[in-house]
Amino acid sequence: MYLTYIRRELRRRSKQAIVIAIGLAIGIGLVMTVSATSAGVKAAQGKVLHSLYGVGTDMTVTKTAAAGKSGFEHFGNFNFGRSSSTTHPKAGTHLSRNSLTAEIGQATLPASDVTKVASLDGVSAATGGLQLTDTSFSGTIPSFNSSGGFSSSSGSSVHTNFNIGTFTVDGIQITKSGVGPLTSSDISKGKFFTTADNTKDVAIVSSSYATQEKLKVGSDLKVAGKELKVIGIASTGSSSTDVYIPLGTAQKLAKMKNDVTTIYVSATSANDVSTVASAVHKVLPKATVTTSATLANEVSGSIKSAANLASKLGKWLSFAALIVAFIIAGLLMMAAVSRRVREFGTLKAIGWRTRRIVSQVMGEGVALGLGGGVLGILLGIGGSSMVSAISPKLSATVGPSFDTSGGASPVDFGNGGGGAPFGGSFPGASSHRPSAHGVGDAARSVAVHLTAPLQGNDILLAVVLAVAGGVVAGAFGCWRAARLRPAAALRRIE
Amino acid sequence: MYQLIDVRKYFDRGGNVVRALDGVSLAIGENDFLAIQGPTGQGKTTLLTLLGGLDRPSSGQVIFDGRDLGALGEGDLAELRAEAFGFVFQTFNLIPTLTAKENVEAALVPFRTGKAERTRKALETLDELGLADRATHLPGELSGGQQQRVAIARALVKDPKVLLADEPTGNLDEDTRDEIVALLERLWRDRGITLVIVTHDSSVARRAQRIAIIKGGRVSVRKEQALAR
Ligand SMILES: Nc1ncnc2c1ncn2[C@@H]1O[C@H](COP(=O)(O)OP(=O)(O)OP(=O)(O)O)[C@@H](O)[C@H]1O
Ligand SMILES: [Mg+2]
Repeated sequence: MYLTYIRRELRRRSKQAIVIAIGLAIGIGLVMTVSATSAGVKAAQGKVLHSLYGVGTDMTVTKTAAAGKSGFEHFGNFNFGRSSSTTHPKAGTHLSRNSLTAEIGQATLPASDVTKVASLDGVSAATGGLQLTDTSFSGTIPSFNSSGGFSSSSGSSVHTNFNIGTFTVDGIQITKSGVGPLTSSDISKGKFFTTADNTKDVAIVSSSYATQEKLKVGSDLKVAGKELKVIGIASTGSSSTDVYIPLGTAQKLAKMKNDVTTIYVSATSANDVSTVASAVHKVLPKATVTTSATLANEVSGSIKSAANLASKLGKWLSFAALIVAFIIAGLLMMAAVSRRVREFGTLKAIGWRTRRIVSQVMGEGVALGLGGGVLGILLGIGGSSMVSAISPKLSATVGPSFDTSGGASPVDFGNGGGGAPFGGSFPGASSHRPSAHGVGDAARSVAVHLTAPLQGNDILLAVVLAVAGGVVAGAFGCWRAARLRPAAALRRIE
Repeated sequence: MYQLIDVRKYFDRGGNVVRALDGVSLAIGENDFLAIQGPTGQGKTTLLTLLGGLDRPSSGQVIFDGRDLGALGEGDLAELRAEAFGFVFQTFNLIPTLTAKENVEAALVPFRTGKAERTRKALETLDELGLADRATHLPGELSGGQQQRVAIARALVKDPKVLLADEPTGNLDEDTRDEIVALLERLWRDRGITLVIVTHDSSVARRAQRIAIIKGGRVSVRKEQALAR
């Protein structure tokens, strides 16, 4: 009787039932899709972390430079010409300079911090590293117009023939722990560094850079103007690094003795990561601790927008949709009960208790909720597979506050400067703002594809929300039904 | 069976009080057949809701089998409605989504009757009212007379002590009216139930043992028919 009555009633007002179910389904489907996308963004952050810092790395410790400091100075200190940097070099002068510097905006940490972090509870290993960019600059100074300098806005094309080549260099601490951007298992040809290599002039290059630069094991490679011997090719490891050198060598070449830019930390257990992160933060309050969960905050690029979108707008929007669906379902339910005053009054008149009538209405609500839930799960599966199918590319770039997404850049150094107006000031001029884009080409970026994997939890959440929606809808109806007087059965008003 | 002592029922409608019943005293005996007549809006239906435990008097007492209905809790009232009172309405009031058989079964829902037993009783009662072949029809598929017979079956299936009918023939044509009245009369005699019918229709009222006239919220028993039928 109970179920028959529910089924028949819902069939009678099938249109309204479908509206309620679809409303709930949209809310539930959205929540599921957003939840799956959030999981996808988290996974993407993990992938980016591992891609940038090595698979065994659970978190990194870095330090952000105060604005306008650090890397800029190095970049600005290109020494053009032997005599002076306050006057422009003469047209036709051939220049060739090379520098090995930390990433823009990145400050250094003393090597002693590595030991501090390593000794913390829950840390299984910590190694230090220097993330550097090698920038070589060569070309002939073009002829200037009379006003001196050249403008990027005038549109008068100044033909330059500079070549700027950049590649990324990781100085890595050679330990047995294997934490860090490169481990022996990443080596596909040649061999890995030994502890004896710490200050030697040796390098391992990534396979892509090796292909690009036609390098082989045994080739020579210039880093900061110094010839290094390639002893191995890395096929995996950090995807944003071109050249790996021993930490000691890196510190020597970059003149950053006892400095590291990055501490790679692996936690004893994956569950401890956030605890360890806060412990590290306590020991090094000025440093930035990045875990896969916080990575999006520490990098720039579309992954940041995706994380924000999923965690803020998406959650807010989907829950708002859900609440609206709940309320609409409740109001429609209440209206339906109001139209059945006589019916319920009659049931009360023949001895049905209020409790029984309320449970009947509640049953209708829950049935609607479950119907909406099934539809919602289908929508959620559809929505998340759509995200996975579109599989948007998320980029992440290390180095704070610079948008290096390229494309919109008015300056493109990568292609040898063929006719592009030279943005920013010429080195040696008064401004301290070199074009960020120029260096950005060498910045450490990785791109991962976003997927939205649905988990069992999401289905469970959908079921809970469906039942909750049904109960809310039912409760609205029950609130109305419980107030009915049995005498209503005898009233003429329909 | 019933003892009504100075029963008053007032409705407060936005400040002005409607005195639907204003001092009704009335006794109804076991196996009585009472017709209640009176002009419209004089409190007939209101009296019936008090007799059936659907509402409570504003003052006075409605005593049924020694219990003051106005003093009973909602649970006890629901129990009495389920067991002792059968209701028949002018508009039939069948549940539109349930079949004839299910509508009759609905009256047994408050009891812990097994499903098979419930179905058996419902079909038996429908059969008694000549509706065996309509058991699986929805109310919308039945004529007015048939619907009212289903409603009567619903009222009877639980073997009530009292059958309370509010204008049971008000929505029926004359032939059907006579058929339904004859049916109620037969049930009253065969089953020994107490029958109270509110009606406008004098030809219906004439069948009753007694006729109570309501006017201005008061009752006067106009006719004592010593029916030896
Ligand atoms: N729930 C209520 N709220 C306010 N007033 C009510 C209510 N129920 C009944 N009344 C009023 O009480 C009076 C008696 O109504 P009742 O329905 O008992 O009359 P009736 O004799 O059955 O009339 P009819 O012959 O038209 O069915 C009417 O004036 C009616 O408007
Ligand atoms: Mg009436």
